[in-house]
Amino acid sequence: MSAFEELRGERRAIVSGIGQSQVGRRIYRDPLDLTVDAALEAIADAGLDPSDIDGIATYPGNMEIPPGFSGVGVTELQDALRLELNWFAGGMELPGQLGAVVNAVLAVSAGLCDHVLCFRTVWEASAQGDQGRASVTMGGGGGAYRASSFMQWTLPFGAASAANWIGMMAQRHFHEYGTTREQLAQIALNARANAALNPKAIYRDPMTMDDYLSVRMISTPLCLYDCDAPADGSTAVVISRVEHAAALDHPAARVEAMGTALRGRPSWDQFDDLTTMALRDASAMLWERSDLTPADVDVAELYDGFSFITLCWLEALGFCAQGEGGAFIEGGGAIARDGLLPLNTHGGQLSAGRLHGFGFLHEACVQLWGRGDERQVVRPGGRDPEVAVVGAGGGPLGGCLLLTKGR
Amino acid sequence: MSDKPFRVLPRLTDANEPFWLGGAEGELRFWRCQDCGYRLHPPGPICPRCRTKHLAVEAVSGKGTVFTYTINHQPWIPTFDPPYVVAIVELAEQDDLRLTTNIVGCDPDEVTIGMPVRVTFEHYDDNGYEVWLPLFEPDVAGGAA
Repeated sequence: MSAFEELRGERRAIVSGIGQSQVGRRIYRDPLDLTVDAALEAIADAGLDPSDIDGIATYPGNMEIPPGFSGVGVTELQDALRLELNWFAGGMELPGQLGAVVNAVLAVSAGLCDHVLCFRTVWEASAQGDQGRASVTMGGGGGAYRASSFMQWTLPFGAASAANWIGMMAQRHFHEYGTTREQLAQIALNARANAALNPKAIYRDPMTMDDYLSVRMISTPLCLYDCDAPADGSTAVVISRVEHAAALDHPAARVEAMGTALRGRPSWDQFDDLTTMALRDASAMLWERSDLTPADVDVAELYDGFSFITLCWLEALGFCAQGEGGAFIEGGGAIARDGLLPLNTHGGQLSAGRLHGFGFLHEACVQLWGRGDERQVVRPGGRDPEVAVVGAGGGPLGGCLLLTKGR
Repeated sequence: MSDKPFRVLPRLTDANEPFWLGGAEGELRFWRCQDCGYRLHPPGPICPRCRTKHLAVEAVSGKGTVFTYTINHQPWIPTFDPPYVVAIVELAEQDDLRLTTNIVGCDPDEVTIGMPVRVTFEHYDDNGYEVWLPLFEPDVAGGAA
């Protein structure tokens, strides 16, 4: 049997290449133009020609609203590069943003295609211009607009943003476990410290605890620095069959396991345990599918659309017990680049920009492939990182990947 | 009317009308399974617990407790001026019967998790399109149902 046939499910797939466009605030470039840059870089990194790509997967697909949240779907990219596809999928009813990558891994593992281009493009910074945060949907704020689906249960009460929904989850965590703002601050401070070493990060100036505690509140207990920074940029990865690893001029990132479960109610306010959310289920599934354990992880790249979500991922993935996330990150030492668990080593979305999930996967590969330059993680004893965990999403949306460095 | 903020109103459907219009008679209403007694929120065509369709609309007491909350400081919606309290209230009748709402009738800083609250309705009439939004206020009587 070939290596492909011997391997189970997701282990038949690798991340073979990564790419990222220019990233910035209000760069006013066409989102398809950004996407093409990321795509071509990823394809070349995978040692491929565009004609080798026979699959595309993206999140969330092409959407007009909220402005800047999408704008490029499968169709636009396929046509721009005139790709001949055996399989494709774009959409957002998935286990988080990385659900697109999960789809790609499944398609490759099932033998539907050989090389899938996965991408996520945002241009929220330009789309909102000098106005309010554009990722908040409220239908223009007047006239005959009526809220339906989930938003009918929140918009009439002014709970327009995930900041409100996540704020309530954080408040519940603070209440049940005694978590404090000073503890939560470490997610933002750690991100900023790492961003200082990432030339593509948006916010690189030092941030102090005083800065954090004195900045304005958005939705208690979340302040401005608990919220990620809208950005423009596109991130792409190529998912290939495992045999392709031998053709690469760099290590592959092998897909050791994926977590996609959602066992609680699929809702921001009806989920049974608001202090864990769907991340609990996705994380549990991840470890059920691997012999590795949290102690084996060298770098963790965990979604920080809001800082509190990262704390949830740390608990859900078992880096500390449920409720002990605050104590785990207190002081910041454990999650620093030279700490027990280097976290969000590029600066996360809080400081490097809201590339919406895919930035974490990109950074995991950067670290596994030794491309971090100044921010490259070196583990105790001078060892290179070999195992990375990536988690993206929050609330009822969450998915995670366990990646290992390998040929 | 000027004491009320502009609010985005829900799109009414056969399923959600009992919830959004019950306030006209001062009642907070949910669909309830007539076989197992489970109350549904949001509404649906089937009881998710026993999976039968024997549902009917029933009122609850309107009393509950604050399960969690946030004081919103960001102006998301024109004329809906911060600060205001968004909360998830858990109703007295059923442990997982929760809804997102606002806590009114007290200073935002007075809101705490576990605080007893009771429903109060805010009536909106947008050129004949009427909705009664269930908001909650401190239940100063201490929750005597």
